Amino acid sequence: MDVPAKGGFSFDMCCRNGMMEKKGFKAPGFLKTGTTIVGLVFADGVVLGADTRATEGPIVADKNCEKIHYMAPYIYCYGAGTAADTEAVTAGRESRVVTALALLKSHLFRYQGHVSAALVLGGVDCTGPHLHTVYPHGSTDTLPFATMGSGSLAAMSVFESKYKEGLTREEGIQLVSEAICAGISDDLGSGSNVDVCVMTKGKTEYLRNHLLPNPRTYVSSKGYSFVLGQTEVLATKITPLKQAEVTIGDAMEE
Amino acid sequence: MDSAFTASSSAVGEAPTSGEHRMGTTIVGVCYNGGVILGADSRTSTGTIRFLLDLHVLWDVLALPWVDSAWGTGNSVADLGMYVANRASDKITSLTDNVYVCRSGSAADTQVISDYVRYFLHQHTIQLGQPATVKVAANLIRLLAYQNKNMLQAGMIVGGWDKYEGGQIFSVPLGGTILKQSFAIGGSGSSYLYALLDHEWRDGMSQEEAEKFVVKAVSLAMARDGASGGVVRTVTINADGVTKNFYPGNKLPLWHEELEPHNSLLDILAGGSPDPMVQ
Repeated sequence: MDVPAKGGFSFDMCCRNGMMEKKGFKAPGFLKTGTTIVGLVFADGVVLGADTRATEGPIVADKNCEKIHYMAPYIYCYGAGTAADTEAVTAGRESRVVTALALLKSHLFRYQGHVSAALVLGGVDCTGPHLHTVYPHGSTDTLPFATMGSGSLAAMSVFESKYKEGLTREEGIQLVSEAICAGISDDLGSGSNVDVCVMTKGKTEYLRNHLLPNPRTYVSSKGYSFVLGQTEVLATKITPLKQAEVTIGDAMEE
Repeated sequence: MDSAFTASSSAVGEAPTSGEHRMGTTIVGVCYNGGVILGADSRTSTGTIRFLLDLHVLWDVLALPWVDSAWGTGNSVADLGMYVANRASDKITSLTDNVYVCRSGSAADTQVISDYVRYFLHQHTIQLGQPATVKVAANLIRLLAYQNKNMLQAGMIVGGWDKYEGGQIFSVPLGGTILKQSFAIGGSGSSYLYALLDHEWRDGMSQEEAEKFVVKAVSLAMARDGASGGVVRTVTINADGVTKNFYPGNKLPLWHEELEPHNSLLDILAGGSPDPMVQ
């Protein structure tokens, strides 16, 4: 009755990696989404929101990335944590939110927190609107409003003061935008724009870049053009890429 | 006992939003003269939990939320509650219609254990043709906890009612022991309740008395334990079925420093009396 069964993730590499890091080997970086993601349940369904900044250490790798992942026609999932992990986890065909939740949960628990995906899962199915948060170790919570990511504290303060039951669609979108803006302004890992996704029975509206609170204010009137010769060329080296030809030879004969 | 056992965990100083979720918690289960009452707080916190077990003594880390560094390095250190991830979680989950379990420890581990046991019990009920007994449910929890003790951090209290033995409470702490008791407490807040239970517990209370007692116990622990808080949820299981109650924070009894001050020196000074020492 062991959990997990034979197979599954082997953690041997984690020990080796730890040992190598101690010896000075620098592990390759990865694209993290230090982020603000939020969700709330309103009168007719669920509203999800996220910022659009993807960071790689201190650098903004993508100023306008999409953090929403489609799971089923009316179930969407916002992911914080490493971008690759959230992409890998959210490939499914489910049509009930609790099914999606169970799949995410078991996948993440098997990897014991090494799959660094923290998700806000929301959707409307035949049993009504649902909102869940899923943490990297595999625990889940079911809540009327939720925030995740590095900006979650800033966003939660907005929700805690302004959320009430039975919000209208406009109020819900407004509140979600406010919460994400709080994350954008008060958290270093979140920034750029606000994405919102509204799910009601039979209808999903993805409001990509619903708010653009960080427009690029300075644009050179002269434009940016670089005349040939403006940059000094020191050396040129051309490496032709050769096509490798693989000949499938005859099978060896005994 | 094993020597140094280091739990894999996040480093100290990590952002409060990315630590593992623990239920630094207070859970209580009591038998009364007709069934059982289970009670719990509702706080799920994130935070670090780094500990090395001393050679000869097994510390129940969840019952001793801190051991100062004055004790020297290499002793138990746990720091719960850097952020409250869920202030209204439900820690009393159903295994069957007549058996519930209070969960403490790692949120992910206890949720997965409960899901597995609910699944096993469902099959068992079908095969048996009648509701499962509390003893079977508790033993299934215990088997999972014991056989995977190296990988799990889960302290649970199983309580329920069946027609053979009536109301029963089984405690399954870290490590996978199983203990049948007339009352059980668990979680980080339980250390504040041992003396209270020893002093005030009586067998054969009525349902109202037992419910009041459980609420009192959990709220006392919540007042003193930083990792417990929120609301108090209770579940009463007896021959008639299951009743769930909810006590929001502002309906709980106030203790000690939370009460309005009497004869406060600040009020006396504000009253403008020239000599504060004159009553």
